[in-house]
Amino acid sequence: MARPNSSSVLALPFALVLASFFILPLILVVVVSFWDYTEYSLIPDFILMNYEELFYGCFDWGDGLCTTFATYLSTFKYVLLTWFFTLVIGFGVALYLVFCVRSLKMQIVLFLICTIPFWTSNVIRMISWIPLLGRNGIVNTSLISMGIIDQPIEWLLYSGFSVTLGFVHLYTLFMVVPIFNSMAKIDKSLIEAAKDSGASAWQIITNIIIPLSRSGIMIGSIFVITIVVGDFITIGVLGGQQIASVGKIIYVEMSYLQFPAAAANAVVLVTITLLMVAAMMRIVNVRKEL
Amino acid sequence: MSKKTQENTSGLSRRSFIKGAGTLAAASMFGGVAPYVMSNEKKVLRYLGTAVNQDQAIAAKAKEDLGITIEYIPVTTDEVTKRILTQPNSFDLVDTEYFSLKKLVPSGNLIGMNANKIKEFDNIVTAFTKGEVAGKKIGDQGTAPKKVFYKDGETSKNFSSTPTEWVTLIPTVYNADTLGIRPDLIGRPINSWAELLNPEFKGKASILNIPSIGIMDAAMVVEAMGEYKYPDKGNMTKQEIDLTMKVLTEAKKQGQFRAFWSDFNESVNLMASGEVVIQSMWSPAITAVRTKGIPCVYQPLKEGYRAWAAGFGLPTTIKGYQADLAYEFINWFLSGWAGAYLNRQGYYSAVLPTAKANMEAYEWDYWMLGKPAAKDIMSPSGQKLASAGEVRDGGSYETRMGGVACWNAVMDENRYMVRKWNEFVAS
Repeated sequence: MARPNSSSVLALPFALVLASFFILPLILVVVVSFWDYTEYSLIPDFILMNYEELFYGCFDWGDGLCTTFATYLSTFKYVLLTWFFTLVIGFGVALYLVFCVRSLKMQIVLFLICTIPFWTSNVIRMISWIPLLGRNGIVNTSLISMGIIDQPIEWLLYSGFSVTLGFVHLYTLFMVVPIFNSMAKIDKSLIEAAKDSGASAWQIITNIIIPLSRSGIMIGSIFVITIVVGDFITIGVLGGQQIASVGKIIYVEMSYLQFPAAAANAVVLVTITLLMVAAMMRIVNVRKEL
Repeated sequence: MSKKTQENTSGLSRRSFIKGAGTLAAASMFGGVAPYVMSNEKKVLRYLGTAVNQDQAIAAKAKEDLGITIEYIPVTTDEVTKRILTQPNSFDLVDTEYFSLKKLVPSGNLIGMNANKIKEFDNIVTAFTKGEVAGKKIGDQGTAPKKVFYKDGETSKNFSSTPTEWVTLIPTVYNADTLGIRPDLIGRPINSWAELLNPEFKGKASILNIPSIGIMDAAMVVEAMGEYKYPDKGNMTKQEIDLTMKVLTEAKKQGQFRAFWSDFNESVNLMASGEVVIQSMWSPAITAVRTKGIPCVYQPLKEGYRAWAAGFGLPTTIKGYQADLAYEFINWFLSGWAGAYLNRQGYYSAVLPTAKANMEAYEWDYWMLGKPAAKDIMSPSGQKLASAGEVRDGGSYETRMGGVACWNAVMDENRYMVRKWNEFVAS
């Protein structure tokens, strides 16, 4: 039955959707990033000013970091922290679900429990940390009433801590799901064989489970990194709007109708994100291992 | 974020599409069906504005009095401007601030309002038309309404310095803003803007996350500290922006600010939870904190107030019938009930005599004349705001509006200012 071109015909609808809703808008963003603008209009043009302003002062090193570099540094700090914690927790949760829970029914139940937080919106899950971590919040008042501290801890909220906590809380599941998926495919007899040959639990994890679930680890990492790199809401809400992120800069520029400047920022961000994803794909050939 | 950019660039083409569709629709209406269609048309106005001004009680009363259904489109201050510029067909009536007119009028997306159609036009307070309160000039730094009040034609893109029949916005509400404080947590008198950056309140201060307003508050502080006297706080030079942002940046690095707020409710929560004890605030936010039973004062300061004003505008694309509805609603808005409602929230209404007729004498005395309350003062929603004998923060209308130092503004160097603000956040 198979016609020579059937696979490209099957791929066509999705290719069209991608082309019109992803590629085309992206090209528009690139085009607009070279336009001029006023407070109330966009002027089609070809100027480099948006990029010049973006990298203003970035290459005279004496004066400290320029805004753009400082912002990227701050963004990457949270990317790295979030990636690390979501990976450790996500890997642990997946490991437990796949190898420690024996019955399939129990696995499914526990897996569904992991998704319960997703029944409410992202923003609500973020905001609910505020009354918990605030100066007079639940954590501080209980610590004080237990006599552990006498002054409320200030860095619990509107700090790097609360931002990282928020990210990890929101995005760990994005790590759990793909890792769980690739771990579930690991042949259990491999583990038994390793045990029989006298491998320790640690050796089994590092020599068998991690290498065999690395496609899941990589997919989870791509999810988490690409989400956090463009975030402005979590950093805004839990960082008290005082912590810089690339997403936030783009947001501020958009709200002042500086679309070309925002587009230039977006082009740089997309380029950097693509480079990162490409580098990760080089480490693990996800396609081959799926 | 690329998604957002995409949405807005496509908004531009959508606008021309809808324009085309509108022309088609209009053409078909002239085919003889127009009267029938119109008599059956629902009386609906899509009202674009900020959530803080969009009270359900006002919409309910308008429905009752006029049969017009008000559909609120609540967005943030900056978003209102963005919508007018990128999606001028998405609303029938907009409630926006005077300071954004410097962007809106040159775009040609708002039509001139016909002063002759406004019944109470001659009763609009002189703070708008002449920049005077009780015959005395008030501060006009920044985008004072009198500077952008008239246009030189209905579809003109220019302001007029002399009165014409075409008005940019029909004034609705305005106020003199200052710092809100928690007197119970501060425990001493506060009387200067300089206190906002006083290290005593380290980690307990906050400012707005709206750059153009935040920087003006900072300018009030810089002047209060005696560091610099601005020729016009609402229109700084690059050097002045640098200076102001430097002061803010230093304070941020010292940990002065707990958070920046961008939304009315955020400011209420920061204050009510005690995260912040001194911050830039809006009047109804103070009211909201107080109705929770938490002491909060809208503290008058010796350097004066930063004022703002808002009004109704119509999109250029509005059609006859919708425009008539909008004027009907605006005339109703100025006819007293809504004005009294706004006054009871701590705002001021643009037409005072009609509002007065809708308020009890003791309410008028408390809110407008600065006299001690003869009875308990209730909020429009029925919660107690002040006990008998108390006096309004800042006193009478004449003292408060008379003490205005500057107005919310869009600067000529706005582009530079936004860059500097991003730098400040990254610092």
